[in-house]
Amino acid sequence: MSKDQALISYILRLADNALILSQRMIESVAAEPELEEELANANFALDFIGQARLFYTCAGELEGSGRSEDDFAFMRDEHEFRNLLLLEQPNGHFGDALLRQFLFESFYVHLLEALTHCSHDGLAGVAARALKEVKYHCRHSSQWLIRLGDGTQLSHDRVQASLDDAWRFTGEMFEADDIDKAVQEGFDGPDLSAIHDLWMRDVEKTVSEATLRLPAGQWMAGGGKQGRHSEHLGPLLAEMQYLQRSFPGATW
Amino acid sequence: MVATVLDEAQVYEWLANVPDPEIPVLSILDLGIVRDVTVNNKVTVTLTPTYSGCPATEAIECSVLAALKGHGVDDIAIRRVLSPPWTTDWITDDGREKLRKYGIAPPSQSPEIACPQCESLNTERVSEFGSTACKASWRCCDCLEPFEYFKCL
Repeated sequence: MSKDQALISYILRLADNALILSQRMIESVAAEPELEEELANANFALDFIGQARLFYTCAGELEGSGRSEDDFAFMRDEHEFRNLLLLEQPNGHFGDALLRQFLFESFYVHLLEALTHCSHDGLAGVAARALKEVKYHCRHSSQWLIRLGDGTQLSHDRVQASLDDAWRFTGEMFEADDIDKAVQEGFDGPDLSAIHDLWMRDVEKTVSEATLRLPAGQWMAGGGKQGRHSEHLGPLLAEMQYLQRSFPGATW
Repeated sequence: MVATVLDEAQVYEWLANVPDPEIPVLSILDLGIVRDVTVNNKVTVTLTPTYSGCPATEAIECSVLAALKGHGVDDIAIRRVLSPPWTTDWITDDGREKLRKYGIAPPSQSPEIACPQCESLNTERVSEFGSTACKASWRCCDCLEPFEYFKCL
């Protein structure tokens, strides 16, 4: 694989992460427990859609095939998506969805920070734009985790169970494969082991403030980055891509 | 091309009348999203979106096209640049004053946000989120009016 092909694949992973997470968040629109969360969730989902569009456009330009952001989003099948398994997991209850946001965003914010220093100007530009938004998301999800963990016995127990459940999907974020390595070496891209240390520092701090405990020594799931997904991605895509599948090429 | 000599200053003057679709009291110049204008064979306007997911981005580009076409300019290119990312620091002083008069507290580095109605600093945040991604909901504890605050970004 050439250095440039690796970069395209790398950017598509970033785009798929943002798109799939936003699609999950959109499922909760009009179903959040209070108005403030309704606004936060919808606004944040919109940020992720915006980021996905920028990443897809960037990948399409590099690829030179003329594929548009819509082609990437609506004309690919499950095995062609390269998002993290964590992000395609169903929303569950409020605590489950919160843990997914918290664990991913605490990672994503450091990944974007590192990407602003990469040698590809287009990618660094999108990362700098997205970083400003995700810093704000992180503050929101951390505050909620503390509120629920250090809340009532019931909220504490439920959110601890959410943390225990989501934890097995965190390993994949830091598993550097050929694509990660090629971008790290070829474009001064992120060093995932360094990001893991930053992530762990932040997660430990918030988890301990939330009076929760970190799950230890668990088996980690993987494969999303390589297109091997859990059973949950298919139904998500079926809904998201319904229109394009029923009326291929439809525009308005 | 138009009959009179077209220069950058003229284009800026026209753009000063293109409103932001979400906060129409602000022009796109007040908002600081017009990064550059060049006039040679064609008119090129460079814009920077505020947020990645800002739904107004396309609407603003259409408004710019329509405004320039309305003044007889046919050859127009709109360039979108992301870097450096837009910041609320780019909102002009004039724009800040317009926001305040409109009832939106302009972005501020100070932890105390003045009520746009009565200027009291005795205010409190109701929610970090508002009707759009760029605003938070606040209220004034003196005049009791709720108001929106344009967040720093």
